Amino acid sequence: MELFVNQVLAGVATGAIYACMALAVVMIYQAIDHLNFAQGEMAMFSTFISWQLMQWGVPYWGSFVLTVGFSFVAGIAIERLLFKPLAKAPILTNVAGFIALYAIINSVAGLIWDFTIKQYPTPFGSSPFLGSQLISTHQAGMIGLTILMLVLLFFFFRFTRVGLAMRAAASLPESARLVGINTSWMIALGWGMAAAIGSVAGMMIAPVVFLEPNMMLGVLIYGFAAAVLGGLTSPFGAVVGGFLVGVFENLVGTYIPGVGNELKLPIALALIITVLVVKPAGLFGRPIIKRV
Amino acid sequence: MTAMLNVKDLRAYYGQVQALHGLSFSLNEGSLTTLLGANGAGKTTTLRAICNMVRSTGAIEFEGKPIGTRSTENVVRLGIAHVPQGRGTFTTMTVEENLQLGAITRTDKKAIVSDIERMYAHFPVLKQRYTQQAGTLSGGEQQMLAVARALMLRPRLMLLDEPSFGLAPLIVRDLFGILGKINREDKVTILVVEQNAQLALELADQAYVIETGRIVMAGNAKDIANNEDVRKSYLGY
Repeated sequence: MELFVNQVLAGVATGAIYACMALAVVMIYQAIDHLNFAQGEMAMFSTFISWQLMQWGVPYWGSFVLTVGFSFVAGIAIERLLFKPLAKAPILTNVAGFIALYAIINSVAGLIWDFTIKQYPTPFGSSPFLGSQLISTHQAGMIGLTILMLVLLFFFFRFTRVGLAMRAAASLPESARLVGINTSWMIALGWGMAAAIGSVAGMMIAPVVFLEPNMMLGVLIYGFAAAVLGGLTSPFGAVVGGFLVGVFENLVGTYIPGVGNELKLPIALALIITVLVVKPAGLFGRPIIKRV
Repeated sequence: MTAMLNVKDLRAYYGQVQALHGLSFSLNEGSLTTLLGANGAGKTTTLRAICNMVRSTGAIEFEGKPIGTRSTENVVRLGIAHVPQGRGTFTTMTVEENLQLGAITRTDKKAIVSDIERMYAHFPVLKQRYTQQAGTLSGGEQQMLAVARALMLRPRLMLLDEPSFGLAPLIVRDLFGILGKINREDKVTILVVEQNAQLALELADQAYVIETGRIVMAGNAKDIANNEDVRKSYLGY
């Protein structure tokens, strides 16, 4: 029983990271109807930026804030330079663009910081959380930060005018233009926010997986699984999906013999395919009510 | 009276296909004008060209300023509200959010709140349903919402694309009554595209008839309604 609770809590903690990645993926999917394969690499690069800042002597939270800001601007820049020109291109062209972005960011990170793994600090410490042996303060911090981010996003989309405009642009671009919304900039804003959310995920997972250019590969695949499970049209679903996938991954790894770390990725892929076959809209993908 | 909107030699294209062949017309400030024509005559294209939603050439001037090269959202920001065919309702959002979106370019928060109340007074049915998902409204209610959303811009000019489409005759009467009231009381210039020629001619003071991308008749709505050709082709008696 102790083992079970332990694994569930650990799953919730890594699930928080998957939730962030899924949220970033969903934000861009809502804006341009494509999955951003380079989301993980963008997060990895951001994490390296924060590491570099700390090497230069910037304190943790200072570099955290600077990195989130840098990622926001970089996300907008990527959209303006690479994906805005591709807006009307066929799907495959966009996919090629994402893969190119993936390869470029990965190689540039390797070029600047090389491929050896690096220690990455945690601001929360790694002692047992509240004296419990089940979960560390870092894991608790990851969960707390994710939930805080989610609440902020909820308020942003529900109660601010920019949030309302972004939702409108994502759901019906033509109608959005007809009320005077600059839909093109709303998409760029979505990219910026997705990059910023991803950077938080990167900085939170780096102490666990260690910092290196390929650190986000597995995380992103789990992020995709979470987004598909929760429903690609629902940011809330993405977060719930993230936590579910984290717990699922840990329990399967613990209780099903033969599934060690090596087979964890195929499980994520199996999950994606199962959801797409059984319930393509995902758990929370909203069926739109319509009356003619 | 001065011309608020001046359209000269408008040609519009869908890919290689030309849909408008040199259309010219003008709208007087404060007028209620209707654009009549059969299916495929180019009525919708004309409205879409004004808002730059279709590739076009020619000169379009609004209050003396050329607007042909502005993006759709920048045309709207000049005070031109467009109620598109199919209403363009944000179906997954609430009625109130739809109204908020209509005023998204405005910054006068207090006036927006009072304008929403004004819309509820114009269209009481919207008030009863303001927290409801807009997609659950009936066709007539959605058309009311589309008109209300457009008015939230506080437009100088309102373009309506077949507002009567798919609505029961009684509801169409209601809606047209409200349009007339908006035109008179709020001084909004209105251009309405219609297939329901009889009603449109009763409502409007000016009318244009369009056939295969060209204006074939223009004038006072009453004169057009009494024209024999129009009666035979569009009014059916």
